[in-house]
Amino acid sequence: MDLEIFWFGLLGILAAGYAVLDGFDLGVGILHPLVKDDTERRIVINSIGPLWDGNEVWLVTFGGALFAAFPEAYATFFSAFYLPVMILLFGLIGRAVSIEFRSKQKSRFWRSYWDHSFAFSSLMVVFLFGVAAGNAIEGIPLGADHEFAGGLFDLVRPYPLAVGAFAVVTSAMHGALYLHLKTEDALQARVASWRWPLFGAFLVGLVGITVATLVRNPEALRNFERYPAAWAVVLLTTLAVANIPRGIAKAKPGQAFLSSGGTIIGLVFNFGMALYPNLVVSSLDPAYSLTIRNASSSQATLALMRNIAFLGLPFVLTYTAIVYWVFRGKTKLDDHSY
Amino acid sequence: MDLDPVTLSRAQFALTVMFHYLFPPLSIGLGAILVLLEGTYLKTRDRRYEAAARFFTKLFAVNFAVGVATGIVMEFQFGTNWSTYSRFVGDVFGSALAAEGIFAFFLESGFLAVLVFGWDRVGPKMHFFSTLMVFLGSTFSAVWIVIANSWQQTPAGFHLVGEGAAMRAEITDFWAMIFNPSSMHRLNHVILGSLVQGAFFVMSIAAFYLLKKRHEDFAKRSFTVALVMGAVASVAILISGHAQANAVAVNQPAKLAAFEGHFETGEGGAPLYLFGWPDAEAQEVKAGVAIPGGLSFLIHGDFDTPVDGLDTIPDDEEPPVAVPFVTYHLMVALGMFFIGVTLLGLFLRWRGTLWEKRWLLKVFVVAVIAPYVANQTGWVAAEVGRQPWVVYGLLRTEDAVSPSVPGEHILTSIVLFSLIYLALGALWLVVMNHKIQHGPEDPDDLPPDGGDGESQLEVAADVRDRASHHRLAEGDEPEGAGA
Repeated sequence: MDLEIFWFGLLGILAAGYAVLDGFDLGVGILHPLVKDDTERRIVINSIGPLWDGNEVWLVTFGGALFAAFPEAYATFFSAFYLPVMILLFGLIGRAVSIEFRSKQKSRFWRSYWDHSFAFSSLMVVFLFGVAAGNAIEGIPLGADHEFAGGLFDLVRPYPLAVGAFAVVTSAMHGALYLHLKTEDALQARVASWRWPLFGAFLVGLVGITVATLVRNPEALRNFERYPAAWAVVLLTTLAVANIPRGIAKAKPGQAFLSSGGTIIGLVFNFGMALYPNLVVSSLDPAYSLTIRNASSSQATLALMRNIAFLGLPFVLTYTAIVYWVFRGKTKLDDHSY
Repeated sequence: MDLDPVTLSRAQFALTVMFHYLFPPLSIGLGAILVLLEGTYLKTRDRRYEAAARFFTKLFAVNFAVGVATGIVMEFQFGTNWSTYSRFVGDVFGSALAAEGIFAFFLESGFLAVLVFGWDRVGPKMHFFSTLMVFLGSTFSAVWIVIANSWQQTPAGFHLVGEGAAMRAEITDFWAMIFNPSSMHRLNHVILGSLVQGAFFVMSIAAFYLLKKRHEDFAKRSFTVALVMGAVASVAILISGHAQANAVAVNQPAKLAAFEGHFETGEGGAPLYLFGWPDAEAQEVKAGVAIPGGLSFLIHGDFDTPVDGLDTIPDDEEPPVAVPFVTYHLMVALGMFFIGVTLLGLFLRWRGTLWEKRWLLKVFVVAVIAPYVANQTGWVAAEVGRQPWVVYGLLRTEDAVSPSVPGEHILTSIVLFSLIYLALGALWLVVMNHKIQHGPEDPDDLPPDGGDGESQLEVAADVRDRASHHRLAEGDEPEGAGA
């Protein structure tokens, strides 16, 4: 087995798992201010209450796996994006404590403060992930020593910013489809009315980003030429996108949500195809790029970590299934709710 | 102004890791208390234990959330501020972090949901299982992170490849890396320190209620469970600490010399300072009281064999002395206090007069601060005592930072972290205090046992178990039931 390719794939699975799972709870956070009544806001928060923390572990594990499998890429990427990563961390901290602290006092000021903090940090986190993905596709100035040779403003460019905005819209749509499953009555009716505009915005963004990627970074297609079978995934992604409006229109909200999850997995796959075999592209000289070959750990460690992953993943999937099963159905408030 | 990235990155790491480490020890220790309380409830079916477990779960949840929020910073900070270090250790350290994610974080965060929100959704057995899994998950997390850190202290099971800035360590023997010479000693010490933390936290709250004459039955039960756990852990941590110090003497003699302010090897036995102030200029401990030959006795078993002092260490490899000496001695002194106060508490509890000793209860209310200080100072001693190395003998701290990150950016993030953490710490106190003032629910007001309709089978099984447990309980008095 080619271990570098295996680990590239496994990181892709972790990234896709994170994007699908944390994607909906971050999306719920972005939509949170649209709900006004305190009880309804509590239902919105509690719809993700037991789940967001476990979803975020996908990110933490992604970080650890990147560190273990491709330490050069981990070191370069996070030091290059120093300030954006710090803001991302503040966003993740802000979201966690907003959810936890909001319910602990009844005062209006207290709750309204944490509501804003929750929404803003959720939006910030999603946006920054999008910007990071955009920069990964476009490449950043890396020197021969694999160290970042640019400044903050080399990262703030139109294409990455556009990908950031697209990530926000996608996550909001995914969150609305989730929230529709977890709510009832008047609240659910309002959530239902958001779905069409969000899907419309997502579709515009999808077309725009696809065109922009092909125009600005035609390199992104090279792997599709080498491996034509990958077009099958593009086809499946398109079908998943098309099934979202079908699910909404035919009153099959479960299908709509699963389809948006499938869409996100497809987008992460396309992102991986656009990147492979690079991990961090150097905009100065392709020879300076970090690839799965020059950035990886030793073969022995990659093999060892593969075994650890095979040992651990069945457990991870079991816990995830148990928790989602226990907290299935409509969100109800009780003594232990936020 | 000259902004040195090394100093700034070290300051930021110290700030973020010390703040983070206020929370995980309590999660582990309080997790153990929850397991004991819920286990007692399952065994006795006395709903007062369930009420206690529900109450402490609320505190646990707040603490856990802040621990997670501040912990995620640590996961990425190696890459942001210490990229050279990350390249050097990725093969080893990264593997431990990845294993922590897969084996520990998924376990604890998954079952945390059931522990916190599942009281009325699953049956008591499933709930107990979830609590146990959260405790195990947080313990596994400690296992992996302590192994990773211990490898930095006593590297093993690796070889070096490449040269100069491109040099890195690669695993050659996984099990030698896991069981490196210091990992198990240090793991014991960290877990026991966490149990002490959890025990003193519960005793503080219970003592507060007893002094205020509120929730007295609850307070006495919780106090007793925590007192037993605290006493056992306090005695065990002394033994673990002694074993660990002996290992440090062998593996990291410079660190032990710094702990003890042992500048000159000298002739004959080395003294053991009970307290004092190490003066690095004068190469001696000022204003100290020492047991002559005491250090030799602890390390070698006799009072006359010399112990290697800092004079045996090359000057450019000597750790600073003041910080390790002071923090190490403070930790040891607090450790003695834990033993004294918990054994006294146990003795009075056995005599049946503990609840009348208001002065001692007052001591227990404030004593919760002591394990926080001990856990922090222990780590400071361990980490500063490792200097000037980030990986002992292999990579210097000054060479480990990210070359591409300017000092101004690090200063910016330090300022923001300081503000955010100050606010977080204050909010943690406010919310904890609010919950403690509110107190536990009356056991009679708890929702009926057994969760929702789907767990009918489990309820039936519980009824059978209850009957059999009643028979058991008659002969076999469960822990704390006599309170």
